[in-house]
Order: sequence, then structure tokens, then C-alpha cells
Amino acid sequence: MLKDPVIELSPEVADEVKYTTCYMCACRCGIKVHVKDGQIRYIEGNKNHPVNKGVLCGKGSSGIMQHYSPARLRKPLKRVGERGKGEFVEIEWEEALSLATEWLGNIRKTDPKKLAFFTGRDQSQSLTGWWAMQYGTPNFAAHGGFCSVNMAAAGLYTIGGSFWEFGEPDWDRSKYIMIFGVAEDHDSNPIKTGLGKMKGRGAKVVSVNPVRTGYSAVADEWIGIRPGTDGLFVLALIHELLNADKIDLDYLVRYTNAPWLVIQAPGAADNGLFARDANGDPLCFDQTTKTLASAKRADIAPSIVGEVTLADGRKAVPAFQLIAERYMDGRYSPDAVAAQCGIDADQIRRIAAELADVAFNQSITLDVEWTDWAGRKHDKFIGRPVAMHAMRGISAHSNGFHTCRAIHFLQVLLGSVECPGGFRFKPPFPKPIPPAPKPSGKGYAPMKPLGGMPLGFTTGPEDLQLEADGTPVRIDKAYSWEAPVASHGLMHMVITNAWKGDPYPIDTLFMYMANMSWNSTMNTKGVMEMLTDKDASTGEYKIPRIIYSDAYASEMVSYADLVLPDTTYLERWDCISLLDRPICEADGPADAIRQPIVQPDRDVRAFQTVLLDLGARLKLPGMTKEDGSAKFPGGYPDYIANHERSPGIGPLAGWRGENGDQHGRGAANSNQLDAYIEHECFWHHELSPDQKFFKFANKSYLEFAKHMGFIGSTDQIVLQLYSEPLQKFRLAAEGHGDVQPPDNMRERLKATMDPLPIWYEPFEEQMVDKQAYPLHALTQRPMIMYHSWGSQNAWLRQILGRNKLYVSTVKAREIGLADGDWVRVTSHNGSIKVQIKTMEGVNPETVWTWNAIGKRAGSWTLAPDAPEAKKGFLLNHLISELLPPEMDGRRLSNSDPVTGQAAWFDLRVRIEKCEPGAEVSEPQFPDLPRPPGVEPAPTLNDYGARLAQKKR
Amino acid sequence: MTSLPTVTGDKRLGLVIDLDTCVGCHACATNCKEWNTSGHSAPLTDVNAYQAEQRGVWFNRVFTYEVGGQGPSARTVHFPKNCLHCEKPDCVTVCPTGASYKRAEDGIVLIDHDKCIGCKLCSWACPYGAREYDEDVGVMKKCTLCIDKIYNKNLPEGDRVPACVATCPSKARHFGDFADPDSKVSQLVRERGGFDLMPETGYRPTSKYLPPRPGNGANGAPKKLEPAPDLAGAGKFLRWVDRVLSR
Repeated sequence: MLKDPVIELSPEVADEVKYTTCYMCACRCGIKVHVKDGQIRYIEGNKNHPVNKGVLCGKGSSGIMQHYSPARLRKPLKRVGERGKGEFVEIEWEEALSLATEWLGNIRKTDPKKLAFFTGRDQSQSLTGWWAMQYGTPNFAAHGGFCSVNMAAAGLYTIGGSFWEFGEPDWDRSKYIMIFGVAEDHDSNPIKTGLGKMKGRGAKVVSVNPVRTGYSAVADEWIGIRPGTDGLFVLALIHELLNADKIDLDYLVRYTNAPWLVIQAPGAADNGLFARDANGDPLCFDQTTKTLASAKRADIAPSIVGEVTLADGRKAVPAFQLIAERYMDGRYSPDAVAAQCGIDADQIRRIAAELADVAFNQSITLDVEWTDWAGRKHDKFIGRPVAMHAMRGISAHSNGFHTCRAIHFLQVLLGSVECPGGFRFKPPFPKPIPPAPKPSGKGYAPMKPLGGMPLGFTTGPEDLQLEADGTPVRIDKAYSWEAPVASHGLMHMVITNAWKGDPYPIDTLFMYMANMSWNSTMNTKGVMEMLTDKDASTGEYKIPRIIYSDAYASEMVSYADLVLPDTTYLERWDCISLLDRPICEADGPADAIRQPIVQPDRDVRAFQTVLLDLGARLKLPGMTKEDGSAKFPGGYPDYIANHERSPGIGPLAGWRGENGDQHGRGAANSNQLDAYIEHECFWHHELSPDQKFFKFANKSYLEFAKHMGFIGSTDQIVLQLYSEPLQKFRLAAEGHGDVQPPDNMRERLKATMDPLPIWYEPFEEQMVDKQAYPLHALTQRPMIMYHSWGSQNAWLRQILGRNKLYVSTVKAREIGLADGDWVRVTSHNGSIKVQIKTMEGVNPETVWTWNAIGKRAGSWTLAPDAPEAKKGFLLNHLISELLPPEMDGRRLSNSDPVTGQAAWFDLRVRIEKCEPGAEVSEPQFPDLPRPPGVEPAPTLNDYGARLAQKKR
Repeated sequence: MTSLPTVTGDKRLGLVIDLDTCVGCHACATNCKEWNTSGHSAPLTDVNAYQAEQRGVWFNRVFTYEVGGQGPSARTVHFPKNCLHCEKPDCVTVCPTGASYKRAEDGIVLIDHDKCIGCKLCSWACPYGAREYDEDVGVMKKCTLCIDKIYNKNLPEGDRVPACVATCPSKARHFGDFADPDSKVSQLVRERGGFDLMPETGYRPTSKYLPPRPGNGANGAPKKLEPAPDLAGAGKFLRWVDRVLSR
């Protein structure tokens, strides 16, 4: 017998191991990067990191191929041919920055709103938003408006936080979780780990999603709901719970505005607002003294039902009574909603019974002493171990704001928000409801910074961003009557509005990491034409200038006039800031940095450093010293360590103060980044056991949060079931107040600015002929791709290199289609040709595909005949950014009427079998050329061969 | 033909893969690829990496199947697949050059690439499709159970597990010694009804799969809630009118 060969069992893995933060999606896990011979040898999860605790998903584990992508841009580019043709010359950075400074400087001197600065999957929004504020343009937003503003706004206006970055299910204690519209996204690893834990201990997982993939596949129960009807389903659950009196009334009285008195005076200017005392405090009716009392008092026993006479003789009822009257009505009964939702009424009744059973018969107790907001000591935390999570399937509908609010209602009525086993906030949340600040775009003027950040939270009509003549201040019409609570802006409307000059033309569109000529826009073909359309009289582009920053040769690069090449995520500094979209967990706040693991081998610069450089060249306040020199000559890392947003509060909370011994609040520390590097590139503070639950009414937590600058006062944060800000907008629509909507918006506002959750059929569905477009169509986020980035990744594109349209087996048979057929899919906006695949696990009235797999031929340095281009496709061509015309010909945006959230998943289509022909998806577009300096992609990838040969 | 070791050591290393909690994220596949492409079997070559007909060497692939029934009654199962390091590995015994071998001390099945002639007989012999041909190098490659990681003294002890196990976000993968009845993997197999893949073929895989759990029906809860008395009817919320609820 031959002897086994001798194997090297302990090869040197790395010359160096460095910690940083992943950027393969928005989850932002801690990673440990092994570097050998100057190359990335291996990337693994950091076991100590609060987000991922050592694990790393399929995307994160493919970071090597993202970093070494052949599609990386190499040098600044200036357009020389027609826009959209991809004809560029390489230029030096000095020329690029001078050009940008000249363009932006001229706008700032004349009319700063003519700069529209929109950043896409930007993880530095506290910098980019602040930059816009210092520049003085109201026209700033990131991608939240087309991603999840419905989730953020509904949560922030109801419970002071929302899902994902704002809070999480108590994965360690929950006994029952419902996930709504969660398609393998947001956030990535914590959900996977959490579901593993819950299933491991026999807790029940219920997934509500028209499509059974990913998490829905491992759920104990999959509810294949009809798209856009989740709100109705949830309100039916609420109906069942209310009628059975299976709600936590003690919780409602202690922690919510359920007992607050609502004025009942139809026609009056304050109808539907809270009755208040002379101090402005809301009133309730105290059962003990039988008198009106401030609802803020701790020593009262408020009524939850019953009409009350106010001091002025008018009537009022507790908010809870309005809730009960509405949802106990038969129109929300399981029998009434079952057909619309595509769910059996008995199943709805059973889910309601299971929720009640777990919440009230299986409650859990943690024996921890804590003190409530009023100073009263308690010896335990009582938990209703039901938790919920919801994401894009709820968000991406024009009824998503109210649907998300309905989900929070369900959680609150069960008493499960912020208790053990329930949905728990991640500090800095909860925030006051709604949080500060208000949007500050209105006072824009040449050479002047805004009074505050362009994005914020409106509390009534007076906060809208309208000119004196009532026209929108912002190019995307955020905070106009079309989207009064548009907390994240409407990125999907920027190009269309700028092209139309509605509400006004702009000069320069400045974008970062947003593939707006392809998968990140609605109506892709139409938007590509808008980007290249010229004014016939002047020969100028209708959008005169486009500056774009990206690390890779995406489809959008070809539509820029000036391209500023960014670094990869392993070549840069970043901060994952509490001022921005934080990465905290329920047990305590956290923040993190990215540090360069390797230096770029190309003439590229981190976008944030470029932005600060531009700011200094433009002499923007905050970025310039009194002597006119740059305030942050060291670029982004200099800013991260030394910028203070308010005294003692900066981008990073850890190791502040001159000696680096203060956390949360403290002077800037010039060695702060070194301290982060010493601590594996993150900071995490664990709350004490008595601070961990009921944070909105927990004295010790509220004091901590105030010290940290998360909140301005230690007052109890009362959950707002009944939303007074929404009622204020509705009163305006009824004719009250000085700030008035146009008449043609009144009916929509009256219907949708309801202070309690409502359900209505999504707008596109209401407006198109359901016979002509009988099916719902939507996308799901695959677990191995993040937006458009994944296809340039040699590994990930082997897992998913093309998409098909998935059709239910039953439906396919009904309309005479077979697996593999090519079909034409048509909506009111356009038509595409695609190949289908049949499956069982999909709502029969729904077709779907994977998001952002289709690529334009030649982009991302993929071969023009790559399957991504020839077989893959986008649904985006079918989705219009505008709704079909109203009776008067107006076309409103295809968005949620409250928040302006892009309604991607309202799409209705029909599918028809194609005649035999070329098996190529349509539409096809001319191949994009490779940008100058970018080499053709190799055919062979033997990454690692060289590294392995160098082992000892 | 190649012989199996006649005397075996104390250890039988392998994996337990939990089909109940695998969400199909492919983390095991890509983390394996990034470790191994610079590891013992480097590289895990990709062909047409950025072109049509892209393909490459993977030691771990995740498949997704819909099984059992129609519509909601069907089940979607994510099925990760890699070498199971069989006790009776015909992929070894068919090898004409002695390149394929099963290690006596821990049962890991490996390939000596210096001896492999790329004849692919082993891939025909493996019923699990776990062998991968590197068409650039011209040799077979396969899961090594991260042999250059699990024994690697340059790594902290806690990191000496296969890449697929360390990275799995839903903790659906476990690594251990099946020869030890008290090991976590042995216990999991006992407690959860761990099974051999295709036992009828007689290859006696070391690694096991755990079946999906039957599903939690929230037993104990009633099928529906009964309406509470004195609510909503003519007496309008009578039940709640006199409730004394303290702040």
C-alpha cells in the first residue's frame, strides 16, 4: 500500500489580519480580513461583532471577487461623445475637481436648488446630508424613498422606531414570530441567525409573503398572501383580538395614547385633534376622580372608552374607542377580507388565536428590578413573547405606510413592543414621535447654508416644503401635498421631474452609487431617454449636467458627463454612525468604522474625501477654516475623528475626549480611529439589565439616552396609536388652516391622511383595467446579490447569472403555458420578453422574478453575450414612475400618498406566450463600451493560485 | 485501483447539515470557495468568469427543490451538497493512480493532485456528484473538510473548523467526530433523526443530514377566539367601560 502524501496542515494563512466592516450589502457586519503578500487571502465574520457574531453570508464571503472586480473604474472620466454612448477621456483629479467646483460654484452663487444631490446606497448619509445643508440645496436624499421609507416613517410616527435598524425581534426569547414581506433582505445575517435560534427551540415562525423562497421556505407556516393586501389581513387579526378582548389594556394605558381624548366636533378646525389642557398636555378622563386630567400624570386611572364632555361643552372620546369602533366592525372580519387577501378565513382566525395564546397564556417574566419613567420601582419585566418583522413586501406598495402602521398596531395591542420576547428597539431608538428635526429646505438662498438638514419629519401642514405660491420646494416634490411625510425624499422622481422641469428645471444632477439608468429606476427605458433628451431650441440636454461617482462600470456611468471613481470597500475609511443608519442591537448602541485593508492600485479616491475636498474648494461653512483653508485636509478620516455635529457629539461615539476615555459624549479625539482599530473597528456599549426593556418608559434608559444625545428629554415616549400629525394634514384637506392643498388633492388627502390605519387597494390596481392586467408582478431580493453589484462577481454570477419569471404551476396550466416558455409581459407602461419557470410556492395571482439580475450588454465588464444581458431582464421597464392619468389628465407619482415611497410592487401585468423565435430577452439596448483604462475581463479566474504557491 | 486504509484511527470527521434551518443563502458555498481557492487545492478555477457559460470549481453547492404536493402543501427545501467523506468511498477505490485516498487517522477523503491524471473515473463513482473537475489544471478537486484550517496551528483554536461551518448564518452546519458518541454531531444525529443520503447505494457517508422538523403547529392554541361578552353590541363596549386601568 502506498503511503498517504504529506500534507501541510498548518500553512501560514496571512501576513496580517485586519478588522473592518463589510459592504457587500447594507447589513454592515464585522469582518476579519486576512492579507497575504498584499493580497486578500480570506474574509470571515468577526465573532465579537454585535451584528453578525462571527457568521458571514454568501455575499460577504464573496468580497474578494468584488474587491478585485475587473469592472473597477481606474481614473476620473470626462464625457467626449454624446451622453449615453459611454465615450470618455481620462482626466486628472485636479481637472475633475476644478470642473465640478466651477459647475457647483456657479449654481451656488445663483440658485442653489438647481443642484440635485442624490446618493444611492450611501452609508454616509449623515455626511452627504450635512454637505447638502452647507451647500444650501434642499434637493438632497438617498435611496430610502424607493426602498423603505414606508417602514421607517410608519414606525417613527407610531412607536418611535421601526424594523431593522430601529429594532429587532427578541430572537432569544420570542415564542412566535410573524415576518411580513421579508425576502431575504434587511437585515441579512441577524435574521438568518435569529430564525435558526427560534426554530432550534421550537418557536413558531410564520411568513407572510406571496413567494415561498428563503425564509418563507423554512417557516413553520407560509401564508402566500395576495400582494398589497397584508394590511387587510393584519386588520382582520386586530378585529379578532379586539372582539375577544385579547389585548393588553394595561400596556395600552401605561405606554400608548389609547386613553387620550380626541375632540369630536365635525367641521371644527380641531376636530380629531387631542383635547389639551392649558399647558398643552393631552387630556384623559380619570376614572378615580371622575375628572379630566393631564394624560401625562402617573397617578390616574384613565378611561379607554366612553364619551366625555370637555370644559367648553364639546364632546371627546378616548382614542381607543375610535380604534375599537373602527376595527371591531364587520368589514374587518376574517370572512369579509378572506377573498381579497387570498387567505382562508379560518386560517386568519387561527393565527389570531395563536397570537393571543402565546401573548397571554405563555407570557414570560424576567426578574429584574427597574424603575419606570415616573420613578416607580418594579421587580420584573413581563413579556408577551410575540415578535414581528416586516420589510419591502410591505414597504413597496402605495398602501405600505398604513399597512406598516397596522402591523405596529397589532404588536402594540398585544403589548409586545419593547418587552421580553417581543419587538425590541435598538438604541438610539425609540425617539420622540415623530422625531426631530423638521425638514429645513425652505429657506434656501444663494451662498447660504440651510437652517438645518434637508430631510426631517413633518408634524403638520406648516412643516411642508412649499414655496409661497404653493409649488414644491424640492425637485422630487417631497413634503408637498403629494407626499407630506416624505421623510427620505423621492429619488425615483428626480430624473422625471428634472427632465420635465416640474416643478422647475435643474442645472446639475450629482449622484453617488445609484444605478439610475438601469435597475434603480422605474421606467428604465423612459428614464434612459430622459437622460439623453435635448431641448430642441437650444440643443442642450434637458438635464444639463450629470456628475456621478461609482467604484464600478455600472450602467449609470455611461450617462454621466463627469465620473468620479470611488474605491472598493476594502480600500476606504468609513464610519457607521449613530447619526446615520446605525448598527446597534437591542442590548445596546454600537458603531463601527471601515479602515483601508489595502491601498488602491488605481487613480481613485473615496467619494467622501472627494466631497469634503469639493466642499473646501467651494468654501462651504463647516468644511473651511476662517483662513479659507480646508478644515479636513486629511479627508474623510480627518472628518470622522474631528467633526462635531453638536458639542461633544461626533460621527463616532466610542473613545471620545482628549484621552479617549469618554463614550457617547466628549471632545473630539485625534487618536479615535486608532482606538477603533485596536478594538476590532467597532464600539459597543451593553445596557445594564434594568435598561434593556420598555425603553420608552424606563427612567434609567431614558437618562442614558439623553446623556448620549439620542433624545432631548427624559420624558416618557408615549406610543402614538392615534396619529395627530396625520389628522392635521386631513384637517387642511377639509379646508382648515392657512396652508392649503390644491383642490384636486383634497379628496385623496382626506382619504389617506387618516389618523388610524386604513387599507385601500393599491393605486395602480385601482386605476388599470384588471381584466387587461390580471396578475400581480413583483421582485424578490436574492440572498446572494445586493442590487446590481453582484453580477460583476465571478463567484456570485455562477450561482445566479440570469433570472426567469416565476409563475404558479396552476396559473401556467390555466393560461396554457409550460415551464421554459418565452412570454411577453405587458403592463400599462411597457412590455418585455422573458422566459418563465413554473413553481408551487407562489400566490397563483402573482408572477415574480429576482431583483436586478438583468444587465445591459457590455456593462460591468461582462461579455456582451453574457446571460445577464441576453437572458436576464428587469421588471423595471414595466413599472411607471407615474400613475395612469387622473380624470383631469394629471399624472401623480406612483408612490405612497403619505410618504412618497415608490410603489414598485403595485405592478399589474398580463403574460402571453411568444411565437417561436430568438431566445433572447427584450428589450435589448446597444452594447455599452468599456470605459477608458478598464481592461477586458479575463476568461480564466485562478485567484489563489499565486497565493498558494507562496506558502512556505 | 486504490485501496482503503486497513487500519483506521480514532477519528471520523464529518459534517451534520440541518435541512430544517438552511435558508439557502449560499454562505457555505462562497466561504468555502474563498478559503479553498488559496488553500490546499488552490485554485478553485473559474472558466468564463465574466462571459457566457460561466462555471467553476466549487466544493459546496446549494440546491433548492420543491417537494411533496402542490401549492401551499408543497415544501421548499434548500439542500447543500458537498463530499460526505464516505466510509466506503468508491471514488477512492476506482482511482487508477492512487491519487484519491482516504486518510486513516480521520477518514477525510483527499486527492493528491500530483498523481491525479484527470480521468474522472472518481466522479462517475461518486453518487453524490461531489467531485469537481478543474478543466484548467486538468485534475479533480473536492472538499477537503478544510484540512488546512481544522488542524492549522496558525489559527486560534476556535477558528479551526471548516469554513462552511464557521460562516453559516443560521447555524445549519456542524462539524465534529462521529467516532465519538458524545460529540455534538453524534448527539444531533441521535436526537434529530440524522440520516444518510441515499443509504441504498452502500457508500456509508460519514456526514449526515438532519430532516426538516415536522413544523410547529402552535399546538395548544384554540383554532379561533370566542367573542368576549358585553363588547360592541347594544351596550357598546360595556365590558371596558368600568375597567380601572392604572397608569
